[in-house]
Amino acid sequence: MNRREFLKNSITVIAGLAVPLSALEFINPKELLADKPGGEKVRWIFLVDTQKCVGCGLCVMACKAENELPYDADVSRTWVERYVVTRDGNTLIDSPKEGRDGYTSQKITMGDGTSRNVRPEDIEKAFFVPKLCNQCENPACVQVCPLGATYQTQDGVVLVDRKMCMGCGYCIMACPYAARFFHPVYRTAEKCTFCYHRITKGMKTACVDACSFDARRIGNLRDPNDPVTKTIMSGRIGVLREEYGTKPQVYYLGLSREVK
Amino acid sequence: MNNHVFRPLYLALAIVALVFLARYLLVPKDFGAHERGYMYGWHRKGNENEWKAVTVKYKTSAYCKECHDDKVAGISSSSHRFIACENCHGPALGHPEDPMKLNVDTRRELCLRCHAFLPYPSSGRSAIRGIDPEVHYPGKQCSMCHNPHNPRIPTSRS
Ligand code: HEC
Ligand code: HEC
Ligand code: HEC
Ligand code: HEC
Repeated sequence: MNRREFLKNSITVIAGLAVPLSALEFINPKELLADKPGGEKVRWIFLVDTQKCVGCGLCVMACKAENELPYDADVSRTWVERYVVTRDGNTLIDSPKEGRDGYTSQKITMGDGTSRNVRPEDIEKAFFVPKLCNQCENPACVQVCPLGATYQTQDGVVLVDRKMCMGCGYCIMACPYAARFFHPVYRTAEKCTFCYHRITKGMKTACVDACSFDARRIGNLRDPNDPVTKTIMSGRIGVLREEYGTKPQVYYLGLSREVK
Repeated sequence: MNNHVFRPLYLALAIVALVFLARYLLVPKDFGAHERGYMYGWHRKGNENEWKAVTVKYKTSAYCKECHDDKVAGISSSSHRFIACENCHGPALGHPEDPMKLNVDTRRELCLRCHAFLPYPSSGRSAIRGIDPEVHYPGKQCSMCHNPHNPRIPTSRS
């Protein structure tokens, strides 16, 4: 190998490394469906329609009661964000009390505790985005746990074992979606379980039952006749932070490019 | 053989044995890499059942139908038919034994979650008729004039 070839090859390799592996892997639910033929019968997935959400926050209220989180603690397994995009290109995002009490005022809470009012004629678009744990196929939070206190079940739900968790907080830092937090009572890592106690009994999650507008739906990716699976397969869906390569399994309809 | 060679060796062996004993005693029997393999599956199998055993608190509107047939029938022909009973009355766990009566929430805030006007044309909110809570009969309960189970607009305009 001469000097020229060596340099050329090195540059190719370096350029190749610079592309994150995840950037080459685009989310494809079909792949997941085809995976492991015959094996598991259930893979829970979630579908959020941001165009239908009205920001009433009843899902957050139901989630907190169903999953025994102190009602007034500023943490929640699911939350609703408000996005207001102004005509001059600013995106204002807030989620006071995680959206628990709904959005009843046009005042947007800013990070510093003040609030801002955007005149209706200055609003380009405004909408609500419900969020929850993405129950990733490749959950980064599970990989970093030093104890085996968090894991993925066979049907795709990531759970936390409160008896094993020592509260180191690695998983909370590792989650790209900020879906994890410390439980204010148990002081262990806490997250959405897709209401595992409900879905394993044939019920829907508390937030899905609370939603009057079908903005939240839960389904089984391995059932080709499941309406949620059909919507996902046929179409124009998005996921959050695809570039992290975690393969999130909460799909979004009508996702706007401002949503992070 | 020289004692000074073996003594540290015994000590090392004792420490290794202690680590194994501690592991045997501390790691639960059902701990291991289960279905999802070494990368994502390390856990205590029993924890899955602990999560499955959490009490269900919200019983869905189908449950109310057993006894409050009239209410369910009434609401199902109204524009509030999509709203689950427990959103406004709280989780039905234990009801009707304990608590005998569910909460009847008559605060304006409950209705304003959906009906406070917000100028957000690109969201689902724009499909719901909004009011300005500071102008629309402030201080009065909404259910004084609107039946929450069948909220037709009152004909007698005040
Ligand atoms: C097994 C029968 C039964 C079921 C199921 C049931 N209820 Fe009741 N409910 C009762 C009885 C009995 C009372 C007490 C009636 C009374 O004293 O007037 C009551 C009272 C109430 C009250 C208070 C009424 C008042 O006058 O203050 C509310 C609200 C209520 N129920 C809502 C619900 C909702 C919502 C559900 C479904 C999630 C539900 N109930 C399911 C039997 C039932
Ligand atoms: C939009 C919120 C809302 C929904 C949805 C709702 N309720 Fe109510 N309900 C109320 C309010 C507010 C009152 C109090 C009415 C009043 O003060 O006149 C009430 C009163 C009641 C009462 C007792 C008083 C009465 O008028 O007889 C019962 C029983 C009841 N609801 C059952 C139900 C059942 C069953 C469902 C589901 C089919 C349901 N509610 C859905 C808001 C709601
Ligand atoms: C979960 C959201 C939600 C909540 C909470 C809610 N509503 Fe509604 N309401 C709706 C929707 C959706 C409609 C139908 C769309 C429309 O007519 O604006 C509606 C319609 C109405 C209407 C017009 C009905 C008609 O047919 O002309 C009135 C009045 C009303 N609601 C009053 C109330 C009152 C009073 C409460 C509190 C007890 C309440 N709403 C709580 C969603 C909600
Ligand atoms: C004093 C009686 C009264 C009270 C209290 C009252 N309303 Fe009304 N509401 C009316 C009347 C009358 C109308 C129809 C005429 C109008 O639009 O003002 C109406 C209309 C509405 C409409 C339809 C508006 C439209 O554009 O068609 C909604 C939604 C509504 N009310 C919600 C509420 C809510 C939510 C509350 C409680 C925060 C409430 N109302 C309290 C009397 C009342």
